[in-house]
Amino acid sequence: MLHIKCPHCGMRSQNEFSYGGDATVKRPELGKEISDQDWDNFVYNRKSLRGKHWELWQHLSGCRQWIKVQRDTATHEIFKTLKANEEIS
Amino acid sequence: MTQSFRLESGGLINRDKKISFKFNGKNYFGYEGDTLASALIANGVHLIGRSFKYHRPRGFFGAGVDEPYAIVQLYRNGETEPNIKATEQELFEGLEAKSVNCWPSVNFDVGAINNFLKIFLPAGFYYKTFMWPKSFWYKIYEPFIRRAAGLGTASIKHDKERYEHKYEYCDLLITGSGPSGLASAYSAAKNGAKVILAEDKSRFGGTLLTSEVNIGNQSGKEWADSIISELKEMPNVTVKNRSQVFGYYDHNMLVMSERISDHLPKTKKFHPKQRLWYIRAKEVLISSGSIERPIVFGNNDTPGVMLSSAAKEYLKVYGVLVGKKPLVFTNNDSGYETAIEFKKNGIDPIILDTRKEPQSEIIEDAKNMNINIKNSYVVVAAQGYKKVKSADVAKISDNKEELGSIENIECDCICVSGFWTPTIHLASQSGNKTKFNEDIDAFVPGIPKQNEKTLGAANGIYTLEETLKDSFEKGNLLSKKITNNENKISFPNVVEKKSTVHDKFWCVPLPKGKNYKRFLDFQNDVAVSDIEIALKEGYRSIEHVKRYTTLGMATDQGKTSNLNGLQLVSKIENKVVPAVGHTTFRPPYSPVSIGAIVGREVGKHSKPTRKSPMHSWHEKNNAVFVDAGVWLRPRYYKRGEENLFEASKREARNVRTNVGVCDVTTLGKIDIKGPDAAELLNRVYTNAWLKLPVGKARYGVMLREDGIIMDDGTTTRISENHYHMTTTTAQAANVLSHLEYYLQLVWPELNVNVVSTTEQWAGAAIAGPKSREVLKKLFPNSDVSNESLPFMGYMEADLFGVKAKIFRISFSGELAYEINVESDNGYFMWEKIIEAGEEFGIQPYGTEALSILRIEMGHVAGSELDGRTIPYDNSLEGLLSKKKDFIGKRSLSRKAFAAEDRQRIVGVVPLDKKTSIPEGSHLVKDSNAPLPNPKLGYISASCWSVEYDNPFSLAILKDGKNMIGKKLFVMSPLKNKVIPVEIVSSHYVDPKGERVRS
Repeated sequence: MLHIKCPHCGMRSQNEFSYGGDATVKRPELGKEISDQDWDNFVYNRKSLRGKHWELWQHLSGCRQWIKVQRDTATHEIFKTLKANEEIS
Repeated sequence: MTQSFRLESGGLINRDKKISFKFNGKNYFGYEGDTLASALIANGVHLIGRSFKYHRPRGFFGAGVDEPYAIVQLYRNGETEPNIKATEQELFEGLEAKSVNCWPSVNFDVGAINNFLKIFLPAGFYYKTFMWPKSFWYKIYEPFIRRAAGLGTASIKHDKERYEHKYEYCDLLITGSGPSGLASAYSAAKNGAKVILAEDKSRFGGTLLTSEVNIGNQSGKEWADSIISELKEMPNVTVKNRSQVFGYYDHNMLVMSERISDHLPKTKKFHPKQRLWYIRAKEVLISSGSIERPIVFGNNDTPGVMLSSAAKEYLKVYGVLVGKKPLVFTNNDSGYETAIEFKKNGIDPIILDTRKEPQSEIIEDAKNMNINIKNSYVVVAAQGYKKVKSADVAKISDNKEELGSIENIECDCICVSGFWTPTIHLASQSGNKTKFNEDIDAFVPGIPKQNEKTLGAANGIYTLEETLKDSFEKGNLLSKKITNNENKISFPNVVEKKSTVHDKFWCVPLPKGKNYKRFLDFQNDVAVSDIEIALKEGYRSIEHVKRYTTLGMATDQGKTSNLNGLQLVSKIENKVVPAVGHTTFRPPYSPVSIGAIVGREVGKHSKPTRKSPMHSWHEKNNAVFVDAGVWLRPRYYKRGEENLFEASKREARNVRTNVGVCDVTTLGKIDIKGPDAAELLNRVYTNAWLKLPVGKARYGVMLREDGIIMDDGTTTRISENHYHMTTTTAQAANVLSHLEYYLQLVWPELNVNVVSTTEQWAGAAIAGPKSREVLKKLFPNSDVSNESLPFMGYMEADLFGVKAKIFRISFSGELAYEINVESDNGYFMWEKIIEAGEEFGIQPYGTEALSILRIEMGHVAGSELDGRTIPYDNSLEGLLSKKKDFIGKRSLSRKAFAAEDRQRIVGVVPLDKKTSIPEGSHLVKDSNAPLPNPKLGYISASCWSVEYDNPFSLAILKDGKNMIGKKLFVMSPLKNKVIPVEIVSSHYVDPKGERVRS
């Protein structure tokens, strides 16, 4: 079970969180024209990376905040966690 | 019955307390502190089971967790448990155990014929033989294999025992209480670190209990006892015996199973049987010791052949002789310790040492005690069937390939020592890349991946002094880093016998003309010849060889067999062992009961049960409940002898003609506040929300980004910046997360707060033509007329002193209201509604009637909004705003979603107006078409229409728009039904929606 540092609550067990997918995907702006290909890339197409990966988790059974977590998908090492409004650097 | 193999004195057992027990129906006794194994051996019982494949007689091989043979079916307090190791099971009064894997009895086992058929049962036998004919598998092969194999029978009764889970954090977790565990725990504890010390066995001390050493002028055991009692007194230390750390998971989380009551005749009241600990440790010190390795020789599975360290443990801990004419077969000095122990107790052992001229302190001692030592000797084969009677021995050449002439030595046990294998399972599970240590012919932990260190014998360190020094230091260093506190301990004076190097010999060659089985894996009956066949057949990877031959795949997971298997593969392949590599170690280290893993989350406790504040009223009024997610909802209220069908029709009809009341507390409720609340709704719902006036409700549908409907519900504008959203019962949690996702990540600029208020409000839906009359009586001071409170209107009112919210919304299609009060007032509200409604014939109705009412009205619900449909499919395209963008809109213009003949909701009526249509049935054009019959659609929901008194269903049908009036067939192969039907509008009752507005 992973140990995730919620930027709001501190170290918590994985079972308090729920996974939310790739954190680098940006939703296209509402009302903006977008090609089928770009829309598909936003909705469906994801890379299954091995290695460092920024992903979203929600601290569901805690503060309910969505957070950004940089995790190694192969080793599960967690390098960094950010609040929702902090930019991935 | 006398215990003919028990010594007069000695051991750590309590001779004042006799314990009687039963094995295979026969009565025996042992002493408090015995294991089932030690007590049986004391009674001269050496035959305990039959092997897995060949049904060869099985005795005892070890004295603890490494035991491959002595697996029994245990009976305790009216319950039975399979797969119990006799070497681990502590004796308790009234214990009963039986042999497994033999029929009709352990002494006469029919399956033993496999032993004589073994030439036909080589590696991969099952794969090769039971392949054909295919039809034989289910009826002949599988039942046969299942009866012949297996290690006991699982109980099918409900387990009455309680199992608990515990979560714990600590600075240092130390796994094993041998010398390295004790020393590291002690120095870490002295520095103030929070320490958990776990010991698998009932006694602390590990090898200190059996070795002849001296630490600070105390015996090993005395030293261990003093350290343990000091640790137990320290508030920062948790010391646990009977606790096996069996798994090492990510981020330094380890799982330990504590056997709290297994050693007692009966679990004490309010105590669990076992407890599973999830331990998050800052640092882990693995002090799991090592397991003695067998030497491979002919018939080395005969009862009486066992590990030399086990023989010593039986002597020193239990005062039990494993034999009276022992032969010790060794390639290192450990065997000498066992021989000396025998000699001290008046038994004359013979030592066969594979080494030519070894010299050390221990060997010198043995010589001085006049023990018969034969150098450069090996056991070629054990003789005897159910027990060792003698051994064929021979001199072996210096190159270890040629055997001299065979001699026969009478003996009743053969104690084998092929050196030691570090127990590296936990380190390996943690991700440690293990490395091969040539000096000890075994793998040891390499560079750690997580915060773990391995100490002592588990790390391949075999002298006590070095072990203690290293462990004191590691415990001190690691704890100092955490606590910033150092309390140095003076290192005690250690006296131990020096030993010399071992012989890298591990397998005795076969003598000419002999074809003895030489076993590697004792539990799964894997012999040298099986590995040879597997390699001949082309298996190369050690992982493949393992699976093909089942080497190391039994419940003991190859604790005694892995390395010898690797040695063999590397020898045949002409590779070095590290190049062959070892198979992956996976948790659990040793079997853990399913009960412990499940814990308290059993049956109704697997999830919390949620009940509405009106639950007790429903119970008192004969409600029959149904699970709706984690909620319990009344399905119907039983009157007299009514069944579900009759009751639900009565309740639904009463709504259509008079008035009914339904508990709708379970609906998800989300409170939305903030100046941008309307903007949020406008973005997540498909329809327009910016102009909804205060005091009005609106129905809305929200989509996922892929265009599929996520949920629907009504949202009411309570005041300028305050909205009350409802969701379906099932999607409540997901919708909240969905809103939070957009607010926190996508549109942080929106000034809105959302919070779940599902539990804060109790809800009752009052529906039916007479519902307004009931409302008037409930709120005599409020104007609830159609003008003042129109359809989709909202008002706040006073319900006999209780604040209430009235929403004029309808799920049943009738004139209807939903009243919400604070949860604590729910019961009061409900009683008042029933009281006020009495004169109008009010009846409570359950979810079944609710379904009838919504289905015949054509209102979509969970069975249509099933994660596969878009708004068009549910005739909801009118709710799609053309003027604004919203979540999921872009996806709706994808080709398939915009197809002309897209699926769409329709109504279905059987032509005979009598036959009920099973939900999930398929719609087809021609019921006699060849299979696979093309499916046009499926039945999503069925009911018995109370309006028309005939069956009616909703269906999602291809090109549904153009199918109204067509005749099709409903087919349900599951129920073997073919029903001719007519497709009608999904709005079967009141298609214009006049009633809700009346």
